[in-house]
Amino acid sequence: MTIFGFRVPMMASLIVWAILWEIVGRLDLIFLIPPMSSIIETGVHLVQTNSWQNASIITLRSFAIGMALAIGIGVPLGILMGRFKAVDNLMGLWVNMFVSAPLSALVPVLMILFGLGETTVVVTVFLFAVWIIVLDARAGVMQVPPSLIEMGRSYGANGWVLFSKIILLSALPEILAGIRIGLIRGVKGVVIGQILVSIVGYGELFELFSRSFEMESFWALTIILFAAAMLLSALIETFEKRIEYYAGAR
Amino acid sequence: MQQAARSTIKAAATNDEAIVQVRGIDKTYGDIEALRNVDLEFSRGKLTTLLGPSGCGKTTLLKIIAGLVPATAGEIRVNGRVVTGPGPERAFVFQDFALMPWATVMRNVAFGLELRGVNAAERKRIATHYIEEVGLVGFEDKYPHELSGGMRQRVGIARAFSVNADVLLLDEPFSAVDEQNRRKFQEDLLRLVDLEKKTFIFVTHSIEEAVYVSDRIVLLSPRPGRISQIIDPKIDRSASPDDIRRDPGYLNTVEEIWDGLRHYVD
Ligand SMILES: Nc1ncnc2c1ncn2[C@@H]1O[C@H](COP(=O)(O)OP(=O)(O)OP(=O)(O)O)[C@@H](O)[C@H]1O
Ligand SMILES: [Mg+2]
Repeated sequence: MTIFGFRVPMMASLIVWAILWEIVGRLDLIFLIPPMSSIIETGVHLVQTNSWQNASIITLRSFAIGMALAIGIGVPLGILMGRFKAVDNLMGLWVNMFVSAPLSALVPVLMILFGLGETTVVVTVFLFAVWIIVLDARAGVMQVPPSLIEMGRSYGANGWVLFSKIILLSALPEILAGIRIGLIRGVKGVVIGQILVSIVGYGELFELFSRSFEMESFWALTIILFAAAMLLSALIETFEKRIEYYAGAR
Repeated sequence: MQQAARSTIKAAATNDEAIVQVRGIDKTYGDIEALRNVDLEFSRGKLTTLLGPSGCGKTTLLKIIAGLVPATAGEIRVNGRVVTGPGPERAFVFQDFALMPWATVMRNVAFGLELRGVNAAERKRIATHYIEEVGLVGFEDKYPHELSGGMRQRVGIARAFSVNADVLLLDEPFSAVDEQNRRKFQEDLLRLVDLEKKTFIFVTHSIEEAVYVSDRIVLLSPRPGRISQIIDPKIDRSASPDDIRRDPGYLNTVEEIWDGLRHYVD
């Protein structure tokens, strides 16, 4: 972004919005919007409390377990669907249905199945993330250029060698793209899951803050969550760019 | 008259020194009959070109010889042994290069050796030699997307040479290369044919290219592909490239092939 010929980093627009927020907050117009400065101040205190630290650990744990399951099941399933027509026919309908389904509506059902606790949140993360990971892994495997497979075969590769040295590496950029979108969906999953369950991790804190009208704490927690999600996404993107570079212009 | 004296036309090709024998090959893809009863022999140490209209089954025949595509009927023998799949005595050069985009030039060239379990030091030694031979010194650590089309195909050719196969199968290797580089490639190919003493089976669309590089040209008919004519250009290859292209033998063979193909075009 450039303004009056000066290069301004994208982050600058955040500062503009923060100042605007500060002004609206100081005017005391709406009770829901306290000044940005007091939100930040509260945030600094918040991250030092035991309850926030415990909630963060629980949240991270649910997220990590849910994502590990989604990747560990999603990538192999997608690869199998891409390689074997029978698996594709068997699973294709479900994957395509769930990838665009409003999964939040399922969380109450999950609460009945898995109880009001961490398990439900883990399952929510898994269900939010897994489908896109499956679909992208499937697409990656199906897009391997046929001549690359013939090349491998012509030099004697077969079975596992062909798969590990050519098919998997050729599909890697798509698999990673799926994992990146999956991680972002997983963040949504952990937040929505915790809020609906409302007695675990950040869900419990949100419930507490909004019931006792602690708007500063409420916004501080929201901003921390947003920042964490953006940071995660940016991290994966830099990693992905490196891989994409090796994979070259396809 | 002159052209009859300059080139020999035979009804069928037979040779005691045949390294590749094609016997009664038929190929159908579902309803499409791609090849019908192809009988052909390829002599050891020679460059034979398959030439014919688009869709006549040139790629199909080459891939059947490579063992990549099964024939519907007939058999292929290489060094007297029946072909049932790919084998180390044959190497393929692909029209679209088929390079691994995630691997460097060095790794791509050495890939055939890697699959054959050759140790890393030996792989590097052999690959370095052929990278040099195709003129890619200094590009060992580049990735395919950093190379031009012509350079990419040099990588594909170096990879095929590295495995030291007896028979090299080249499917329109220069079709994605511009005209100036193409001539350079043809000259380089002739040099490599001379140097490496291998058997080459070459597919091309270009009559001039076929006549320029081939010891023998096999003309295929439109689908279903059958052998329509076999031509042995008699050209003095010790002359300079420009002289070869002005050689009456060269020009007459080009003309003769045109005549052979004309009635398909009309
Ligand atoms: N995998 C396939 N499935 C179905 N039909 C095929 C397949 N491969 C080739 N064909 C058909 O077989 C015929 C011969 O194809 P082939 O690619 O061998 O021709 P070609 O002589 O190499 O053509 P070109 O000069 O265009 O490269 C064509 O009509 C093509 O459509
Ligand atoms: Mg072809």
